[in-house]
Amino acid sequence: MTAPKWMPECPLSAIQKRAFLYQKIRQFFADKGVMEVETPVLSRHANTDRQIDVFCTQSINSIDDFAYLRTSPEFFHKRLLAAGSGDIFEIAKVFRLGEQSHLHNPEFSMLEWYRLDFKLGCLMKEMAALMQSLFVAFGLPELPVRHQTFTQLFEEYVAINPFKTTQKNLNDLSVEYGFHGADLSRDEALDFLFGVVIEPALPEDELLFVDRFPASQAALAQIDPDDANVCLRFELLWNGVELANGYQELTDATEQRTRFKADNEWRNSHGKRAKPIDENLLAALEAGLPQCSGVAVGLDRLLMHLMGAGGLSAILPFSADRA
Amino acid sequence: MSTFSTSQFKNGLKILLDGDPYNIVDNEIVKPGKGQAFNRVKIKNLRTGRTIEKTFKSGEKVDGADVMEKEMQYLYTDGEFYHFMDPESFEQFEASETAVSDCVKWLKEEDICTVVLWNNAPLTVVPPNFVELVITETDPGLRGDTSGGGGKPATLETGAVVQVPLFVPEGETIKVDTRSGEYVGRVKK
Repeated sequence: MTAPKWMPECPLSAIQKRAFLYQKIRQFFADKGVMEVETPVLSRHANTDRQIDVFCTQSINSIDDFAYLRTSPEFFHKRLLAAGSGDIFEIAKVFRLGEQSHLHNPEFSMLEWYRLDFKLGCLMKEMAALMQSLFVAFGLPELPVRHQTFTQLFEEYVAINPFKTTQKNLNDLSVEYGFHGADLSRDEALDFLFGVVIEPALPEDELLFVDRFPASQAALAQIDPDDANVCLRFELLWNGVELANGYQELTDATEQRTRFKADNEWRNSHGKRAKPIDENLLAALEAGLPQCSGVAVGLDRLLMHLMGAGGLSAILPFSADRA
Repeated sequence: MSTFSTSQFKNGLKILLDGDPYNIVDNEIVKPGKGQAFNRVKIKNLRTGRTIEKTFKSGEKVDGADVMEKEMQYLYTDGEFYHFMDPESFEQFEASETAVSDCVKWLKEEDICTVVLWNNAPLTVVPPNFVELVITETDPGLRGDTSGGGGKPATLETGAVVQVPLFVPEGETIKVDTRSGEYVGRVKK
């Protein structure tokens, strides 16, 4: 039986557990001296990310075409960091157009935090410590933590080296695993194998950190200075679901501008609208973003797993269908 | 021909893939945070009945399968084909053994069935929810047993075998639920 449309879809216990979760997260960062911040939901600029679609609305200022609902607070955070804020975190509502499934809701809650002078490895350790502290708080056993590189993951689950295999091999493999349609690009084929084949096959009840992603999937991460093929980015997976995405942050304004432009060119050639590049972010990078690492965590999915639920409807009071 | 975008995918949508009509039975969006989104679907081949998994790039277009349902009267079988008639147009259709395989044991002449047509040919046949059939063979009836305590197998005129209460004799007409294959009751003639 589903509840009448006006009522919260999830049980009251899930709403209480969310409040408890946020309290524990705030305590974790308070203990470490990481400051909570609040940044705008509505922005004059947008994320250019190729695979993320942005909600847009009326302009804030008549010189702009549109305003955008943020897909992550990261651009604002980097401006704060460049201005000397020190370590920061935010529990942020973010928005992504068209993403709706049992693991996606068009608006969702994200925990994002940045640590100055942290290399990616330090941030992964802190991420694991946060997770273990939450398991304890929720009365769950601590989970084993495993680290695998992107390459190891592909070698183990689909028996290819994702950097060395040929394009033809990637296409053949995709078809073998049930892909239907025109040939995929290299990154798309890797996305397919990662999301459709590898993730569902991952063991349960362990925290899996995956790092050393291809440089083509860097987004806002630094390229590894010792290996131009990979970037300093990690994902945390739990029960085959991506919970967090972290970077050792790109601090080079010129490189960042080049990536934004390339994203927009790709958007133009794929029938998507180019996005206004956030000049304020680039100016902050030019002024000097301190060396730092940052990570974004999907809080709805985290709560879902902490409660042992199989989908977001078990923990969202008003999913997009009821909003 | 109709086409559908992956954003229109939902359970029950009929699509055409590699020349065969399929029914979507499950649709799931897979989206790595920074990567390409995909629709992973479970689809049932309406010709063979086999269910498979396929994944499409989100945003792709797929051809729809022109499948329609019609109420038709079952006429007879010639041993190879099963003949149905549209009671409005009197047009006759031949269904293959594959098309009727799931329901052949319930097919009684003159009964009205739901025939799923694809390219104007019967693809699958769904029998009425309830059929009335004569018992052609069962152990003798037991007088006095009126409860449904025990049961015995009974063979019906179409060849189907159902469990009936002990008191029901050979030659009786009974009503059967074709969805569960269960005896519903005796039919007073």
